[in-house]
Amino acid sequence: MLYRTAGQFKTSYKSDMALFPVRQDAVLLMVILGFAWVVFPLTASEFAFQTLLIPILIYALAAQGLNILTGYAGQLSLGTAAFMGVGAYACYKLVTLFPWMNPVIAILLSGIFSAGVGVAFGIPSLRIKGFYLAIATLAAQFFLVWLFEKWGWLYNYNASGAIQVPNLDMFGLYVAGPQASSIVQYYVVLAVVTLMTLLCINLTRGTLGRSWKATRDMDIAAELIGINLMRSKLTAFAVSSYVVGVAGALFVFMWRGAAEPNLFDIPLSFRILFIAIIGGLGSILGNYLGAILIVGLPVMLGTVPQALGLPISSATVEHLNIMIVGALIVFFLIIEPHGLARLWALIREKLIIWPFPH
Amino acid sequence: MLNDIFIKPFADMFAAPDFLLQVLWEGLVSGILYALIALGFVLIFRSSRIFNFAQGIMVVFAALTLVGLHAMGIPAWISVGLTLAVMFVLAVTIERVVLRPLVGQPDIILFMATIGITLFLIGFGEIIFGGENKVMITEELGIPTDSVVLEPWGGLLILEQKDITAVVVAGLLVVALLLFLGKTRMGRAIRALGDDHQAALSVGISLQTIWVLVWFIAGIIALVTGIAWGARAGVSFALEVIAYKALPVLMLGGLESITGAIIGGLMIGMLEKLFEIYWGQPLMGGNTETWFAFVLALIVLLFRPQGLFGERIIERV
Repeated sequence: MLYRTAGQFKTSYKSDMALFPVRQDAVLLMVILGFAWVVFPLTASEFAFQTLLIPILIYALAAQGLNILTGYAGQLSLGTAAFMGVGAYACYKLVTLFPWMNPVIAILLSGIFSAGVGVAFGIPSLRIKGFYLAIATLAAQFFLVWLFEKWGWLYNYNASGAIQVPNLDMFGLYVAGPQASSIVQYYVVLAVVTLMTLLCINLTRGTLGRSWKATRDMDIAAELIGINLMRSKLTAFAVSSYVVGVAGALFVFMWRGAAEPNLFDIPLSFRILFIAIIGGLGSILGNYLGAILIVGLPVMLGTVPQALGLPISSATVEHLNIMIVGALIVFFLIIEPHGLARLWALIREKLIIWPFPH
Repeated sequence: MLNDIFIKPFADMFAAPDFLLQVLWEGLVSGILYALIALGFVLIFRSSRIFNFAQGIMVVFAALTLVGLHAMGIPAWISVGLTLAVMFVLAVTIERVVLRPLVGQPDIILFMATIGITLFLIGFGEIIFGGENKVMITEELGIPTDSVVLEPWGGLLILEQKDITAVVVAGLLVVALLLFLGKTRMGRAIRALGDDHQAALSVGISLQTIWVLVWFIAGIIALVTGIAWGARAGVSFALEVIAYKALPVLMLGGLESITGAIIGGLMIGMLEKLFEIYWGQPLMGGNTETWFAFVLALIVLLFRPQGLFGERIIERV
């Protein structure tokens, strides 16, 4: 009833291909955006900002970057965290070399470095496919993390070997560093994420996105119908690494506040891969659903034993968390291998025809 | 600079051949362990096209179970038997709960499922056995712990007996496995399933039985690897890291080839040690072992996309 599409006629190609051919989708999105931009900031506590809202947005953005590569262009990558690291370290170098630079501009620029590195490690994809490529991306993962540790210039030769986010201000307001308030950081993250999502949606709908999808579905066939595979694969690596790099810069500058090289180790890569796969490969919405699940679940599980008054040590809770997340991954893969986004698509179909059975 | 890269390392090698041999031996021993883990991967990949990421954690899990059972006062060899039983139960459970509902799904989904299994086993293992480092029951299993000292060219070469044991046992295991796959009914069924699922099913080979069998064999390999590695470095979840090393081995050797896994493992084990000692530590600040194997495999793959011994990839539209 609520989702009836009857009566919404498309009279031109343009309206048929619009971003939201169904009016209710647009309304729903406006409601969600309203919550994200107005309601959450007004009501959320410091705890909610730091453990839920900001990380969910950042993880969703990183997953979105990975999804472009894996979900749209079909190139499995296990090195996401390293590219996040490139973004973070590039951003750190930018703000320390050019202190006058606007931090948001620095974050957006740092993605370019990550994109460059991404293209370099994407070149083997022209010859290597499938799981072989996945392992090849691990080369990027391990090599880059090693480089973050050994190349002193990257962290300005400080003794701890970690990067520490300095206080950065924009129009007289601290946006990063120890003095920044959560709400400002939340708005910066939200703005960047919204911008990136808009970019991703439109890229994946356009010529480039279609050539990625063709490459994913069968690359030889795509080549035969005249798609330049090299361009398609390398642009996928570039765009994906750009988005991931921006997410990495946000990850350190807007959330963690400091980073050691091993922060960007392989567990982070897998975390983001989980988000992309549980959310749904080849879907933008899925990244958000996956991030909500993967980030929100441990927070929820952490509060359950306290609420029930069970005397469980925090170490046990952490191990239980790992175990439950593992089990849930398997569970979700079994009930819906195409991810939460597909689940939503099915629900939406049902809503459109409801209350009729067909 | 050029001298440091191209001449000095080789001069060092010739100046101290005994040290070179020692380095190669260390590399060989770790290479054997990489090869064993890679073998577990290959077996499962061949019979089911599942890229089993959980092989590394199975090694840890098997070793922890063995040590844990022994700590409860059960004699060493009975613990080994019980651990094998646990690995069998694990294989059946994984097949029943995880793999059976996912038959026919795309490769990446099955791959993710094995990562899910990995996380589950990490959490489960830490709760049951605790996260601290444990000592492998080397002596109780009758593995000698002395070392053999050789003096080639008046130098010094120390071979630990437990390493020698590991190499011998690994060799025997590989021979046994090759015989099993080549000569027995079950082994041929495994290979048939690897060649063509549907054809194998149509001549009456049971997919379920074979999958359980293959995962169980992978479990046995995991136990052997766990004992061998645990004897060197203790048993802890840090062992899981070596599982990542098996991945470049697979790339280098080819995902389907048992010979490839073994030769790839030995090559990577020795070359990464050589590189670390002669180039990594003096020139690059050390710890190059984390990535060297991957970069090496990547370079090889650029020339042979299916690895050194993998099945030639033929693509049709």
